Parts: sequence; C-alpha cells; structure tokens
Amino acid sequence: MDVLEKLTVLTDAAKYDAACTSSGGSRSARKGYIGNTSSSVAGCCHSFSADGRCVTLLKVLLTNHCVYDCKYCVNRRSNDTKRAAFTPEELADLTINFYRRNYIEGLFLSSGVFRSPDYTTELMIRALRLLREQYRFNGYIHAKAIPGTSPELVEQLGLLADRLSVNIELPSEAGLKTLAPEKTKQAILTPMRQIQTRNQQNQEELVKYRHAPKFAPAGQSTQLIVGATRDTDLHILRLTQGLYDRYHLKRVFYSAYVPVVEHALLPAKDVKPPLLREHRLYQADWLLRFYGFRAEELLDERNPDFDPRVDPKCSWALAHLEFFPVEVNTADYESLLRIPGVGVTSARRILSARRSGRLHIDDLRKLGVVMKRAQYFLTASGKVPEGLRFTQDSLLRGLIAAELPSLPQQEAVQLSLFDSVG
Amino acid sequence: MAEMVYYYDGSFEGFLCCIFDSYANKEVLTAIYRDEDFVPTLFASRVIQTNQDHANRVYRKVVKCSPYTASLLQKGFLTCLPEKELYMYRLVVKLLREGPGFLRNFSDETLHPVAKAVQHLMGEAHLLKGFVRFSELGGVLGSEIAPKNRVLPVLRSHFCARYQNEKFFIYDRTHQEALFYAAGKAVIRPLVDFQMAPPDETEATYRILWKRFYDTIAIKERYNPKCRMTNMPKRYWSTMTEFQGEEHFKAQSSPAAGSVPGAPAGISAPGKRPERGPSVPESAL
Repeated sequence: MDVLEKLTVLTDAAKYDAACTSSGGSRSARKGYIGNTSSSVAGCCHSFSADGRCVTLLKVLLTNHCVYDCKYCVNRRSNDTKRAAFTPEELADLTINFYRRNYIEGLFLSSGVFRSPDYTTELMIRALRLLREQYRFNGYIHAKAIPGTSPELVEQLGLLADRLSVNIELPSEAGLKTLAPEKTKQAILTPMRQIQTRNQQNQEELVKYRHAPKFAPAGQSTQLIVGATRDTDLHILRLTQGLYDRYHLKRVFYSAYVPVVEHALLPAKDVKPPLLREHRLYQADWLLRFYGFRAEELLDERNPDFDPRVDPKCSWALAHLEFFPVEVNTADYESLLRIPGVGVTSARRILSARRSGRLHIDDLRKLGVVMKRAQYFLTASGKVPEGLRFTQDSLLRGLIAAELPSLPQQEAVQLSLFDSVG
Repeated sequence: MAEMVYYYDGSFEGFLCCIFDSYANKEVLTAIYRDEDFVPTLFASRVIQTNQDHANRVYRKVVKCSPYTASLLQKGFLTCLPEKELYMYRLVVKLLREGPGFLRNFSDETLHPVAKAVQHLMGEAHLLKGFVRFSELGGVLGSEIAPKNRVLPVLRSHFCARYQNEKFFIYDRTHQEALFYAAGKAVIRPLVDFQMAPPDETEATYRILWKRFYDTIAIKERYNPKCRMTNMPKRYWSTMTEFQGEEHFKAQSSPAAGSVPGAPAGISAPGKRPERGPSVPESAL
C-alpha cells in the first residue's frame, strides 16, 4: 500500500473526530527547528472542508486496526473495512512536508487500539519522538490519550504533545455499557485526572525553573457524541460544566452522530446527523465559558432540551423578560453579556465607549452589537429603536426570523417541520 | 483656512508630510492623492515634497499623543480603504485638536472608518496566515496571494519566525510586490509580472497527497458549502492548492533524483506490517 492510499484510509477513519484546533499553544520558533505554534488566541485555520469544518491539523490515525468493538465507530473490530498503518517515518515526512508548504498547523494523531492501549501509545510515542527529535518539528501536536493506558506512557505522551485529549464519546455510563462495552467511565476519567494534575504541577515547576519540560502546554480537551444515545441536552451540558469546573478542560467538542452502521441499539442509518442540536450545544458551551452562564440557568428538568428555533441565549432571555430592557449606559459588564446580540467584544466596546460620552441607539451597530436580536432587549439613553413595536408572540417570531438566514438549508426544513407540529 | 487638494509620492513619509504641510500652510485638506493618480482638477492643489525630518516630527507627535493612533496610521496605510489618506488625516487632526479621549469610542465617526479598515486588514492577514500555499522549487519555497489589502508587512514576522531556516518568498499579485526571506533577512520589493514555475516530481506528489487529504476529511453527510464559503470566501480559492485544476498536480520538469516519499518503491508490500518507511528527502531534516 503506498502513502497516498494509507493517507486516504487513515484520514477517512479519523474524520469523525470533531476536535481540530491549534489554539492554546504559544511556543516561539527555535533555531535549527522548523515551526512554532500560532500566537493567535483562536489558533489558525488552514482550510475549510466541504462540510464547513476547519482544517488546521493533519488529522489521521496511526492505524485503524482496533481490538475494540464500539458499536458507533467505523473502526470497530467487526466492521469490514480496509485497514492500514503509517510507519513513524512516513508520518513524520508527511507532517514536515505539509507543514513547510503551510498546508497545516501541525499534527493531530489518534489511533485505533492495536493489541492493547499501552502498545498503541508506545507506537504513538515513537512516531512523535521521531518527529520532534530527529525531524526537529517545533509546531503543534495534538495527541489522543487512549483510555486504559498506563500513567507512565501518558506522561511521556504529554511531554511530546501540545494538547492531549481523552474522548468521553458517550455522555452517560449506561450508553457506554450498551455501545462500548470494553470502555468504562473510570478508564476514561483516570487519564483525564492525571493530565489535569500533571498540568497544574507543571505550571508550578515552570514558575520555579524556566526551562522545565512542558507537559501538554495547550491543556486537554474531549469529545462527546450527540444523538447516538437518548441523553438529554441538560445531561450533556451538566457533564460539560462539570468537566470545565473539575477537570479544567480547555474545550469540550460535540460531534453529531453520523450513522455509519446498522445496529439495533443505534439510530437507523437513514437518520440525518442532528446538526442543529450540535449547533445549539456549541452555542450553550460558549455561554458557559465566556458569558458567565450556568447549565442550570439554561435548562431544567421541565425543559431538558434546547428549543431548536432560537439560540440558547435568546431562549434564556425569553424566559427572563423581567431582566430586560437593559440600559447600555449604566449596566455592568455581566448584564451587558446577557443581552442577546451582545458579545464579549461589543460589551467591552460599550464599556469603553461610554466613558467618552453617552451612547445612543445609532452607535450600537457600529460597536458590533447585532441589533436584529438586541433591539428587543436594550435601551440607550432611555430610548428603544425607532418604530419598534412588539408583543411577546411577535418577539419570538422576530428572533426566529433573525436567525433563519444564517442556518444551513436543511436546518430550515427541520425548522418548518417543528413549526407545523408546534 | 483655505481648502486644498494635496498630491504626494505614495510613501508613508510622504503622507505624513501632507499632514505637516497642511499645518505649516494653514490649509484644510479636502482630498489627498498619490502622484500617479494625478488628474487635473479645478480645485486648488499642491504637490508635497517628502521630507524625512517633517515626517518624523509628525510621527513623533502622534506617538506622544496616542501610540494607538500611530499604529492605526501605520496599518491604515496598508488597507484598501478608498481615500484612506483623507480619513487618517482627519483622525490626526481630531487627535491634535481634542486629545485622545474620543479614541475610546469605537463608534466615533472619525475613528470608526479607519479602525474598521484596519480590522479588515488584520482579518485578511489572519486568514492568509493559514491560506498561503507554498510550493518547493529547487530548495526555495514560493507562494502567490491576491489579497485586497497590502498584507505582506503584517505577515512578515509570522512567516519569518515559522520558516526561519528556509528560503521563501510570497508574491502579492494585487499589489505587485513580494516578500523575500533568506538567512534571517526579509525584504519587501516591487515585483511585476511574476509567473510560478510548474512543479517537479516531489512537489507534485505532495500536492496530490494534500488534495487527497482535503477531499477525504470532509464528512459527506454534513455537506455545508455555505458554511465553508462564510469561513473561507471564494476569492482566496484561486491561490490554494486544493482548488486547482488537474494541470496543477502534474509534474512538468525532469523527475528529481533519489527516492521520493509517496512513490511505490521502498514501501513494503500490502498485507505485511510496514517496517520502515521510505527515505526522507534531505530538505526535510
């Protein structure tokens, strides 16, 4: 099998992993080495694939041979698919040459479980070590820590990679039991905890010794599959919040389940991936991380799932109309962030701008406020936008219409279905 | 104060001298044009001679009042904002008249057009940090871009740090200039009518590999061309490897000597577990 064919097989097997960011690292260039990590907070996207997802790293599996038989996975043992494996040299050569041509920001290395988690991790370490030491690659590396790997190997992996991730995959233990019987919650959380403690310890070392070796300096992330099991959005969001609070994860990624296999326990193969639900979860995830929201504010036992028609922040605002309108000239930062259509940047700009004079409605658009959503929820110098009249009903309709053009076509069809039901 | 149209030589210093002379002559500028865009007008006009001393005096004064404005001027000068000189001139006039307080208000009518244009420039430069595609030809990495703004000065530090051991150039097709880098030194020079050479065997191989990777990574059940276009507008596609036609992937010159990764030779037969990969080109080390 030549490299082109291997690349095809191993990319095809890796593409369902949602995480593909190069953020969080800030390693400057070194003499005699090739590359650095992006200085931008958001990382750097090198292309966007036909599904609109960012391509920033060379995302491949080391091998798609796997001893596990997780029902939802294309690489499971019982699936009849073409198998391949990169040699460390092939992988290093591809990475370096793609990187030099500015195709990629670095490498995202994952793998099927070949023989055992330890054996696979050793293979990954060998490949990464060759890349770092012999090929002198100084760019971004994201490596998967496989549940069940011994701590010593995770430690070595963390010293080579910028970011580590352990995939939770299924949001509940019941889901794991039925769909991925060889994995347990414990086996997933153990390396996650280890990475977190080691990361904290590393921060302290770096304060004392400037040249202490860095352990996964870009932190860790994880992925949840949405729509393969019956877990509610509330459950998923609570889990996410717990991971941010207790495990200090940098990101939680959601991956809408794409039916790749017919199985009694899984959604049928003609079911469309729940892209809109994934979108709403990402929006809520942002609210948790940057807007000071808590999972319990957004959802509760009576409404355990997001309203597909409007985004979570609008949903919250509609349920808390007593909080509005917010006067932009006097409100504090936290209150500004609660207004739909006001983001982190525009809230900061409002704070800064009102120090040099009173703000009026006409200024807000220039400050970056999305007025088609925000107009219902704010006043500037006591005034609402001219000619704005609305009732509770037309408010909801207005918000739905405001978002509609920015949703993909197939979502719009889903929406009209919901409309006719509700 | 008399109203006046100024012509300058197109350099940043020349622009600063326009500001200097407008104060020296007690004139209000209604337009600032570059020499080469000269059109005879009925308005009173003046051609400004560039004077390094005067330029420095204006720049130092702006830095003293507001370092932020100084950086806006430098970056604003690279943007594609029509009549950018006039907008920046008005910004400086307002700064000197009122002090830096109004700069806190992003929606200020004088600041907003300049800040917005600079945001556009920085946004385009950020995208191009990812979208630039190099081709290796005879040990030199070369690439071509067609941006709206003059992004090369903004991109310089990023690419020089990243590829500090390489020799490379980036050709800006729109503004007919190129950034050259070799052995720790970078220069930006005008370059007219440049044509990329066709790829050799090695280069073609990696282009094919990349195209295959790009095509494979997309999940067809999630096909969403609108989202792709929002994130990566079509005007960038013309210089990106993955969107080129077949011709782009064909090697034209004689094949490079030595074993090339991706070539069938040196790879273990299918079915066997791979032991050692193909040899590595020296340039990769």
